[in-house]
Formats: sequence, structure tokens, C-alpha cells
Amino acid sequence: MPTDASAIDLVLRADPALIAIVKLSLFVSLSAVFMAALVGIPLGALIALTRFPGRDAAIVILNALMGLPPVVVGLVVYLLLSRAGPLGSFGILFTPAAMIVAQAILVTPIIAALARQTIEDLWSEYRDELAALNVGPLRRVLTLIRDARFSLVTALLAGFGRAAAEVGAVIIVGGNIDGFTRTMTTAIALETSKGDLPLAIGLGMVLIALVVVVNALAWAVRRAGERYAG
Amino acid sequence: MNPRRLFLATAAIILSGLSAPALAQDKSQEKSIVVSSTTSTTDSGLFTHILPLFKAKTGIEVKVVSQGTGQALDTGRRGDADVVFVHARSQEEKFVADGFGVKRFPVMYNDFILIGPKSDPAGIKGGKGVVAALKTIKDKAAPFISRGDKSGTHSAELNLWKVAGVDIAGADKGPWYKEIGQGMGAALNTASASNAYVLGDRGTWLSFKNRGDLDIVVEGDNKLFNQYGVILVNPEKHPSVKKEFGQAFIDWIVSSEGQKAIADYKINGNQLFFPNAGASGA
Repeated sequence: MPTDASAIDLVLRADPALIAIVKLSLFVSLSAVFMAALVGIPLGALIALTRFPGRDAAIVILNALMGLPPVVVGLVVYLLLSRAGPLGSFGILFTPAAMIVAQAILVTPIIAALARQTIEDLWSEYRDELAALNVGPLRRVLTLIRDARFSLVTALLAGFGRAAAEVGAVIIVGGNIDGFTRTMTTAIALETSKGDLPLAIGLGMVLIALVVVVNALAWAVRRAGERYAG
Repeated sequence: MNPRRLFLATAAIILSGLSAPALAQDKSQEKSIVVSSTTSTTDSGLFTHILPLFKAKTGIEVKVVSQGTGQALDTGRRGDADVVFVHARSQEEKFVADGFGVKRFPVMYNDFILIGPKSDPAGIKGGKGVVAALKTIKDKAAPFISRGDKSGTHSAELNLWKVAGVDIAGADKGPWYKEIGQGMGAALNTASASNAYVLGDRGTWLSFKNRGDLDIVVEGDNKLFNQYGVILVNPEKHPSVKKEFGQAFIDWIVSSEGQKAIADYKINGNQLFFPNAGASGA
């Protein structure tokens, strides 16, 4: 990013470096949420609808994992993906792929825990109907996920908020490489350490605006979907 | 919008976003190296100046991961970088001696400066002797910010306390001495916010924008000399090291062309780094 520029200038000029950083941030965090949803929603549904010994403990742990410290997740993923680590042969440390993995790990418990609560609440409402229909467990899970889909959007947004806001994990596994793994949050950290606090704050404003836009889009989609689906 | 179309639209958006960076990644993986370097070289803007020149000449993209010298060497030791570019000679020599690096090449130097509040509570401004200045800071218990992160600058600082006869890790440590465990920029920000003294490198200082009430208090002592070296990570330890591209980078940076690129980097007319690849004993 050019020095001696204010964040407003960068936005108004549609600075290519800034655009690339914004695109990478969205790409990494949305991909992480997408992958976390693939794991988290079925996992949440499974815990919501089954009864097994230690279920209460599992729920407590799942809820607690919503508070996973990003820097710890970053460090663990770093050690796994390092050339000297067990998954080093993939060679993806210091790439966007590593950042997606780290953020997906952070976000999965959030989506799973919120999905469990949502689906469990819905389940207590639907229990008699579903029992009367006499359908198998897989069908039940799918029906509940389908009917909870608009509420589950909130779980996805919570996950996205976490991913887009964190710096601890991506800076360790991505390395904050200029033009390659630099995201909004790592750019803000870098400008802060350069002492360019106005630019850092400006970039922070841009990031917050982006998150608002993503949430507004999700809300619009939800509204449109509710109207259509009734 | 029905749910299926909603899902497809979402998937399409994610995939379209996915393709652009993914393609960029493939392209850059053809000819690129990872260099683990120090916060001072990045925060000062040196790499932003010299790397486009190297890329124009060789087509090799250099991805810089900037860390403190200790962490940068560890990244090389683990095989996660192809080249390390740092400034702590004894640690670098150990890195090579332990077989993690092929050979150390001196590249350039700049100097450390002692920075402090303009009000100068310890009364050391303008002196040439950094050792005497540190002793005075300790005697007057004037606030001092230490990097505390095993970086090259941190090692240099610890060394200077030792020469000054101050046991900074033990008996002489007090609430006036704060280790923040962060990079150069963060240390300057902290010193600026708390009107403390801090040892920094001139490059970062010249490009630093949040000086507040800080100024240089001691400079020009030859004990403040700060040498940078570059080392190829040993491909025998880590076969993933891109030795040809890494060596090409090292060859270029110690060549007259690379050295001129370093000398040409200036902020407001001040040269930040002084090339000395040819100097013996550097």
C-alpha cells in the first residue's frame, strides 16, 4: 500500500492494493465460514437430536470452544503446517489456504454451538409432528435444518464476524506477506507498528463498513427468502 | 428466492471470489521464494523499494514474512523460509554452524539510535557514549521501553546493558524498565505514548510517523553499529528449499546492482541502509 495516503484517498481512488486486500479478506473469511458450516451445522444438529452419555459435557465444551483464542489456534496450525511439522509436506504455510484452515477451526465451534441451540429449540416444537410422521433420523435432521435455515444465517454471520475481525491466527499462519497473505486486520496491525495511526484507523473503518455490508446483504437475502418461502 | 437458488447464488459468489486468489497463487508459486526477515527491514519500507527491482530483473517474486530476528531464524530452522535476512551476527553464525544455513553473506548496515523524550528527564541528550547514557538512565530510573522479543535490536540492547555493567535481567531491573515483547514499531509507539527512552534502528525511526514528543538523544557511537546478513536455508536439511531462486536473490542483493538499490532507498533525503557486502569482517 502506498505510504503517505489516507484511508479515504485509498477508498476513493479504489487503490488496487487496498482492493486486493479487501478481496483476500472476504475470500479467506467467507471460505472459512463455508467450510465451518459444512462441519458445524450437521454437528450441531447431531448433538441437538441425539442423546448419549456425556452429552451435557459435550455441549459445555462446544460452547466453551466458541472462545478459542485465535493466537493459540494460529500457533497450533502453524506447528502442524510447518515444514518440520506433520502436515509440512503440503507446503501451504504462509498461503491463503493456511489462513482458511485456521479461521475454519476458529469458526466451527461457533456455528456448531449456535446451530445446536437453534435446532434443539425447533425440535422441542416439532417433536410430536415428526414422531407422528414416523420418519428416519436423517430425514428429521434435514427437515429441521431446512426449517431453521433462516435462523441459522445468524449463526453463519456470528462466525463470519469472528473470522473477519481476528488477526491473531492469520498473522501467524499467513505471515502478512505483501500482496499475498495481507488481510485487512494484518494490514491494520502493520500500519499501527509503522506508527501510521490515522491510516490504521481508516482501514479499521473500511473493515467495519465491509462487515456491515455483508450483514446487510445477509439480512436482505433472509427477508427475501422469508417472503418467498412464507 | 427459493432456498435452492439461494444456495446456488451463495456458492457462486464464494466460488467466483475463490478463483481469483487461487489463480494468483498458482502463478506466483512458479517462481517465488519466502524470505523471513526482521520487522525493521519491513517497517522501514526497504523491501517495498528493492523487491520490485529484483522481480523486474529475474521474474522471481519474494514473499517477505517479517518477524523479530529470533523468530525469523526459527522460521528458517523449521524449513518454512528459503532465505533468512536478519541482523544478529552471533545468532546468524550459530544458525550456519548448526547446519541450518549454507553460508552467511554480509549485506548492509545501519545504526541503532537511543531515542527519548525531548524533555530528556535523564539529561543525556547529545552525548556520544551510549554506555554512559544507559548507566544514567538506570541510575535515575528513567522510563525505558525494551523490545523484549529476542529480536536483533533486543540482543543489541541486552549487550549494551552488559557493557554498561547493568544487570538488567536481575538485580538492576525495576519498574522503570518495561519489556513489551513486540516489534520495533510497537516499541516506538509505546515509548511515544509513555515518554520513555527506547533503543531503535535508524531505518524504522526515519519512516516512523507517530513520534509524538520523541527525538534522538544519542547517536554515532560505534557500539551502535547494526549489521545485516543474508543466509540461504540449507537444502540438505530441508529439501523443500528453493535453492536456485534463493541463491539468485542472495547473489543479486550482494551484487553491485542490489547494493545500489539499497543505497538508493531514502526517506526525505536520508539514506536508511548502507550497503557493505564487500567489506571483510562485516
